[in-house]
Amino acid sequence: MSENPFLLRQKIILVTGASSGIGRETAIQCSKMGAAVIITGRNPARLAQTMSQLEGTGHQMLIADLATDLNKISDLVPIVNGVVHSAGILSLSPFTHLPEDELRNVMNANFFCPVLLTQQLLKNKKMNKNGSIVFISSLAGNVIASKGNSAYCASKSAISGIVKVLALEQASRRIRVNCILPGMVKTEMMGSFLSSLTPEQLGEDEKKYPLGYGKPQDVANAAIYLLSDASMWMTGASLVLDGGFSLQ
Amino acid sequence: MDLTEFIKHFAEQFDDEPLTNFAPETRFRNIEEWDSLHAMMIMAMVNEKYKVKITPEELKNSQTVAEVFEVVKYKV
Repeated sequence: MSENPFLLRQKIILVTGASSGIGRETAIQCSKMGAAVIITGRNPARLAQTMSQLEGTGHQMLIADLATDLNKISDLVPIVNGVVHSAGILSLSPFTHLPEDELRNVMNANFFCPVLLTQQLLKNKKMNKNGSIVFISSLAGNVIASKGNSAYCASKSAISGIVKVLALEQASRRIRVNCILPGMVKTEMMGSFLSSLTPEQLGEDEKKYPLGYGKPQDVANAAIYLLSDASMWMTGASLVLDGGFSLQ
Repeated sequence: MDLTEFIKHFAEQFDDEPLTNFAPETRFRNIEEWDSLHAMMIMAMVNEKYKVKITPEELKNSQTVAEVFEVVKYKV
């Protein structure tokens, strides 16, 4: 193999939730590794901002809400080599006070939308053989839990469960399916949670991470590995990425 | 907005502390069972019963039940 297997040259990668946080950074880093990137997100202005930060050519942006435009996305995208499901929401509420519509919203955004989009792409033959599907799951719900986080934890552990089955079912086409379980990564989505802590609590919390809190780029790099041919033998895995948090 | 009713809703978020122990001047963080989950429950209760949202910051800045009441009353 003369080509560096860690690069994404000649690959078309679809990134959802690309208007902010981990999704945006993943799109940018994929473009730097040579991929043509298709980005989706709900907010046109912020999506355009991501678009302007992509390197190279051949990129596309699709303004779409996964909750309502699933078919639109799977119709409009070309055959892709990889998908990163990064769209997601966070909602904090103690379980006894969790409104049903909030639970359904979180399950919808974090579980049903990415899973149903994957189904559409596979059914419509929009995933190339040897392709790679990456779900951004979470440490929360899979390795750890925190009070008030029941809806989010449930949605993220559901993702990790279905990934194993998809990996088995798609192995004959050599399509790999994996998920990443990030610990605390400083993004806009986590902003509301982090701002609920006092500066002292924030310092204490970050101390639980031997390597400190993560950055979106740390997750983007893991996604690149899973998208690239370097991880050709990896499928059905949940990659813990937490700066050592879960060790102690 | 009625203070007595607010105190009742506030007290309902606690399992062990009886309603009779709650007064406007009660410093709720001194209640033995108070923890981070109770903070979330108070915010959720306010949202549920009064259809307004108080921020973690606003709750953090309040010491007594009456102070929380004032924050909520201002928003209703």
